[in-house]
Amino acid sequence: MNVHEYQAKELLRMYGVPVPAGNVAYSDSQALAIAEQIGGERWAIKAQIHSGGRGKAGGVKLATSLEEVRRIADEMLGTTLITPQTGPKGRTVRRVLVEEAIDVDREFYLGFTIDRSTQRITLIASAEGGVEIEQIARQSPDKIIRETIDPAVGLLDFQCRKVAAAIGLRDKLLPQAVRIMKRIYRLFRDKDALQAEINPLGLVKAEQRLICLDAKFNFDPNALFRRPEINELRDLEEEDPKEIEASGHGLNYIALNGDIGCIVNGAGLAMATMDAIVLHGGWPANFLDVGGGASPEKVTNACQIVIQDANVKALLVNIFAGINRCDWIATGLVQAYTSLHLDKPCVVRLAGTNVEKGRYILAASGLPFIQATNLDDAAAKAVAIVKGETV
Amino acid sequence: MSIFVNRYSRVIFQGFTGQHASFHAAEAIAHGTNVVGGVTPGKGGTTHLGLPVFDTVAEAVRETGANVSGIFVPPAFAADAVMEAIEAGIKVAVVITDGVPVQDMVRVQRYRVGRDCIVLGPNTPGIITPGECKVGIMPAKIYRPGRIGVVSRSGTLNYEAVEQMVSLGLGQSTAIGIGGDPVNGTDFVTVLQAFEQDEDTDAVVMIGEIGGPQEIAAARWAKDNMQKPLIAFVAGASAPPGRRMGHAGAIIEGEEDTAKAKMEAMEALGLYVARNPAHIGETLLKALKEHKLTA
Repeated sequence: MNVHEYQAKELLRMYGVPVPAGNVAYSDSQALAIAEQIGGERWAIKAQIHSGGRGKAGGVKLATSLEEVRRIADEMLGTTLITPQTGPKGRTVRRVLVEEAIDVDREFYLGFTIDRSTQRITLIASAEGGVEIEQIARQSPDKIIRETIDPAVGLLDFQCRKVAAAIGLRDKLLPQAVRIMKRIYRLFRDKDALQAEINPLGLVKAEQRLICLDAKFNFDPNALFRRPEINELRDLEEEDPKEIEASGHGLNYIALNGDIGCIVNGAGLAMATMDAIVLHGGWPANFLDVGGGASPEKVTNACQIVIQDANVKALLVNIFAGINRCDWIATGLVQAYTSLHLDKPCVVRLAGTNVEKGRYILAASGLPFIQATNLDDAAAKAVAIVKGETV
Repeated sequence: MSIFVNRYSRVIFQGFTGQHASFHAAEAIAHGTNVVGGVTPGKGGTTHLGLPVFDTVAEAVRETGANVSGIFVPPAFAADAVMEAIEAGIKVAVVITDGVPVQDMVRVQRYRVGRDCIVLGPNTPGIITPGECKVGIMPAKIYRPGRIGVVSRSGTLNYEAVEQMVSLGLGQSTAIGIGGDPVNGTDFVTVLQAFEQDEDTDAVVMIGEIGGPQEIAAARWAKDNMQKPLIAFVAGASAPPGRRMGHAGAIIEGEEDTAKAKMEAMEALGLYVARNPAHIGETLLKALKEHKLTA
């Protein structure tokens, strides 16, 4: 689960990590009040959306007067930002972060992640901050420092000193860097984060101090049950309403941009079904996993969510029933088609528990179900239908 | 004969008296699995499905000689249950639970160091040696005893591959799910090593997906160490980057995480790669022919 920059900075502040003075504003008048409260002569106004690349998209601006703060906030709020990460539709800016503008002399990268090879939390640092870590990794991989953390003892001081020295933070800056690293690690561990990025970590030479200018945190959705304070930071407006509705029904739905609506059980089979569609020259409208033990109601809900997408021309239902039951799935499909008055063609491949019963229910229904014998057959038929061919 | 579990395995279930464990323990027994009891803290001394219930895994191991555990406890308590099983001397712990916090698994993997236990999962369909032992939630009746090893991250793709194989007359020595999470107990390499050493496995089908470095690590290991043919498929060629596709671990976070990159690397390393999920069975058949193996 992603959080906004201002939320990440509040967490960092709570853990004693230096961040610029600032606060979130939902309106231009709030932005003005925050700038007044912070004082000084220059402020940064930063659009709060769950995406990187905001700067280039016009989502980060500097103001040198209070009136300019108000005007920029007014302009920014309500606009749509398009970044490489938001896709062509972009994201609407509903909140801005107003903070003191700080001039830094150097920029570093500091991050924590759960490395999947070592299966440990890993500290990542680089003297080349301010650009994306992926870019540093491509251009100068030797400039990325990694330190693996043993969960039995946590991040140790000497490890931080090693990393700090390696990126050139010495003298007075070394103990500061150690403190920052240890505190972010503690936050990462305490709140069940999956990823944390401070980019850049700025150095103000004249004052010999380090400060986190940008912060990106991602938290483990599986751990939210024990981190209610993190769960509260969830911003539903940053998510697809259909995905939220689906998760409320215990369904895992991700919107894509094709025209074949997919209803599948199991994440792996759902991905493979999409792959098969693409191999046959089609494109899926969505990923949808109905999960195990799908009741007829759950299947009806799934149909409802999938057909909300106006691009959907046909459905492909692929069920390999283990804990599921094919007869329940079939009953759910018949119910959905009857109660929602659906007429879109629906290719159904059933396998596993109670498959004969399921096939019988579909065949006897008189509804536009086209039965497929296996995965390949199902994908071929669905693609043929959306291309207007007869099957 | 098989890997990790067989007719002699002595199986317990943790969270035994819960709804899911009860159902799947009964299914396991019906499949011929040697289930010897179960653990539910606070219900020790009672019986369930005609088998003894213990308060702790240590007691269950002492009283029944259990060496395999199927773990069905809720996510918040799963890591504790796995470590309890490891500490008690369980040799194969199968973690069915979905939704275990990732950092809990980081701690479990640290705890395992120096201790001898295979941990499958979390978020795994389990393990089955057809006709002998089933610890998991897979539909047992689609599996057939045979000489092909199957290992996958996904549950339903395990079933899909197995159905394709069975329709071609090919059975399984053992079929295993290692789970869909980003930090899992056992990786592909560990399972491939075991299959390579198993006298009754002729070839291995490995089904990966987007996200993480495991598939390529396994392919590299296989190139240098494996004599038996390895057939692979990677799901998610059509998945968008940066999204978790149902499984917590199925997320493209970099170029090397994509299905395309993984399948290309596998092909370059000499594996038999099915680019189409519907062609796993055929690709296996082709590999067996080239290696002059028959089902």
